[in-house]
Amino acid sequence: MKTLYTWCAILVIVFASVVGDVLLAHAMRQVGDVGALWRRSGLVAVIRRTLGNPNFLFGVMAMAVAFFSLLFALSWGDVSLVAPAAASLTFIGNAVAAKIFLHERVDRRRWIAAGLVAGGVALLAG
Amino acid sequence: MNFRKYLVLAGVTVFAAAGDSMLSHGMKQVGGVSVHHLQGVIFAVANPWIAIGILLLLAFFATYMTALSWADLTYVLPATSLGYVLLALVARFLLHEHVSPMRWLGIALITGGVGFIAGGPALTEHPAMEGGGLTGQNVSFGDSAQSGILTKDASHATHTHSGAEL
Repeated sequence: MKTLYTWCAILVIVFASVVGDVLLAHAMRQVGDVGALWRRSGLVAVIRRTLGNPNFLFGVMAMAVAFFSLLFALSWGDVSLVAPAAASLTFIGNAVAAKIFLHERVDRRRWIAAGLVAGGVALLAG
Repeated sequence: MNFRKYLVLAGVTVFAAAGDSMLSHGMKQVGGVSVHHLQGVIFAVANPWIAIGILLLLAFFATYMTALSWADLTYVLPATSLGYVLLALVARFLLHEHVSPMRWLGIALITGGVGFIAGGPALTEHPAMEGGGLTGQNVSFGDSAQSGILTKDASHATHTHSGAEL
């Protein structure tokens, strides 16, 4: 039963993380190079511009969902299962989402790698 | 400047792994959270381990956002792959959790797969790890940054480079 809970929590983490990551990556692309902006206009400008981005706020909300799911998952399962499983599945989800929504280039090599990662996750579960 | 960006990627790796470990340790002390008593999660924050874990994850978030501002999502994410190895070591030696050989193999596969994605030719010289063996990626970062080209150009340079490498 705990295993089922753990994997359900992991799935919620993965979905929320992918949504959050895509929104945050999109937001930070809109904000631009934080280091350059900091040198030019100061830290306050960086914070204001980041917090004022709607994509950032929605991304943070999705990440909050992922975070609380992580708390649940960690109370039910080992950190060496939960963290790598959630993170690697999130990675595959992100590769798909980055290709579709962020228009990043994901070629055959990256899909093979995604398969390797998925195999690793299966081993972690066993 | 280059060094700073690799420091940021290293920060992403270490803060994530350390934060997760602190949370795990704290939640084991607090005990299992029941679905029927969700407020238990809120009170869990009172546990010092969980509080420290949250602070570390905030640091992770800051470095992660910084990295995303000048790099692709699919470039930043592989930088966290070393965190899985770090997590396994922390789980085994600090939290004394049992990590079976199959799990070690799984962690190795995941790390290998993620490293594979990280950029083929640069597979053995992980950006967050080896400052010396740096290739084209940081050159494109550094050039655009040093010549003062602003954000969009910098991210564009990164993008075209990773595209060219594939």
